[in-house]
Amino acid sequence: MSGYWAGILSILAINIIFAYGIFIPVASGQLNLGGAGFQAVGAYSAGWLSASFGLPVSVTIAFGVIVTGVIGVLIAFPILRTKGVYLVLATFAFAEVIAGAILSSEPLGGAMGISVPGYIDWYVSVIFAGLVTVFVFYLMATRFGLTIRAIHDDEDVSDLMGVSVRNVKVAAFGIGAALTGLSGGLYAHSFSYIEIQGFNALVSIYVLLYVLLGGTQTAWGPLVGATFFTLLPEALRSVLPATKNFLVTLFGETGIVAPPDESWRFVILGALTVLMMVFRPEGLVTRTMVERLQFWRPANRGVTQ
Amino acid sequence: MLEVSHLDVTYGRTRAVKSVSLTVAAGEVVAVLGANGAGKTSLLRALQGAVRPSGGKIRFDGKDMTNQSSAARVRSGMVLVPEGRQIFVSMSVHENLQMGAYLRSDADIARDIEAIYERFPNLAERRHMSAKTLSGGEQQMLAIGRALVSRPRLIMLDEPSLGLSPLFVERLFDLLAELNSDDIAILLVEQNTSMALDVASRGYVLELGSVLLEDTAEALSSNTALTEAYLGGGQNTDQEGSEHERAPAR
Repeated sequence: MSGYWAGILSILAINIIFAYGIFIPVASGQLNLGGAGFQAVGAYSAGWLSASFGLPVSVTIAFGVIVTGVIGVLIAFPILRTKGVYLVLATFAFAEVIAGAILSSEPLGGAMGISVPGYIDWYVSVIFAGLVTVFVFYLMATRFGLTIRAIHDDEDVSDLMGVSVRNVKVAAFGIGAALTGLSGGLYAHSFSYIEIQGFNALVSIYVLLYVLLGGTQTAWGPLVGATFFTLLPEALRSVLPATKNFLVTLFGETGIVAPPDESWRFVILGALTVLMMVFRPEGLVTRTMVERLQFWRPANRGVTQ
Repeated sequence: MLEVSHLDVTYGRTRAVKSVSLTVAAGEVVAVLGANGAGKTSLLRALQGAVRPSGGKIRFDGKDMTNQSSAARVRSGMVLVPEGRQIFVSMSVHENLQMGAYLRSDADIARDIEAIYERFPNLAERRHMSAKTLSGGEQQMLAIGRALVSRPRLIMLDEPSLGLSPLFVERLFDLLAELNSDDIAILLVEQNTSMALDVASRGYVLELGSVLLEDTAEALSSNTALTEAYLGGGQNTDQEGSEHERAPAR
């Protein structure tokens, strides 16, 4: 496999895990705009352990997952007291605090970043992405999954049914943080070098977009959203120059409007994002859509318990 | 079974419930009547543990529940059907019912849910459909069904007839009578005075947070001066506003 495709598959797998990490709290109604901060914690925990002590990758990544999960649970207690836009701001601020702390920390390389030994091949991340996908699908089918959806719908009524809303929200936030940490650890070892600039606010926004545009109602959403928005820019990378060449041969260089080139990728991405928000505000994959697909299979019709 | 003594509920500087005392015996239907703002909903919220009372005691089966969580209250057999049919809109009918069994872990949950479907055939037909596709009346049945799955001995209903068509109001009160014959005690907060007093054996009239009057249902319904002065007549005036009060689907 070429290095190009290996790189794409790695980043796709990492983005899927990352998106699931954001999805679980979002499914319980908690918007997390601090994704990059949690990912940075996972990446730097794993990278630092690997660079300083030369521990095996399995240990460093596990360490990253645990550290991020624990931090997720610890900050969930104060942070989940806030709601709506304040929660979004609080998670955003958390990511900024993490970035600031890493930037000014000498052992973590400051602005220089750290190079991470212990390279892992693309398929490791892909296997993890598969496992995480299965795990989240399973989780959403359990009582816990039902409960976080109930909280998403109505916290007060969930409380009336006897749900300890706070504990479930903290658990969802913690599980999400741990998955985000996993994506960070895999990132550090896949690309062998991490710098804090790579975990900026735009990253947090993108991963939230994957989830919101993919759909928050079912576990299909983040998978579809992350895949679509990771592969689309890559597809445009080769389509756009081809279009440009075609237009140039057709009209010559002196058109009134410049023919599309590389920089148009983000214009198209942005336009698509707006279009999707207008036409599919609940995301690409909705629950109704999944149910309809299931009803197409005649075998399912009778057995639905 | 339920004994409430001198209960106070305060929001900031407003006392919504002032020293209310009431009792519900096992298997009894008790109505709480009163105009808007009389403190009925605050009373129920305090009984279910959604707000902490600022004074007084709530005892259920002799156990002090005043500072217990909602979960503890559901576990001991009290359940609230909130105002406005607050069902989980993004879930299917079946999942809504499953949420009612949240605190149960026994093997009879599936059987109890089937019993709900037998009681409400409309719900059975739509069990895999999103709960938001149900009509207002069906949503109220679902909210009651969900509460029943928790196996309550006392069910508290907050304005269950609000916004329902006359046909569904009729069915609702039939259902309450039915539940009562299954030995479930009912605490019914209603504005539909005449219907509520038909099904109840006793009633309390709240005004501005205090108990104004406490009597048997018969005595209260024959007290026409009272019903006109404080309760704004019977069912007809209630249903006038019903279409406007339909809770928006969320």
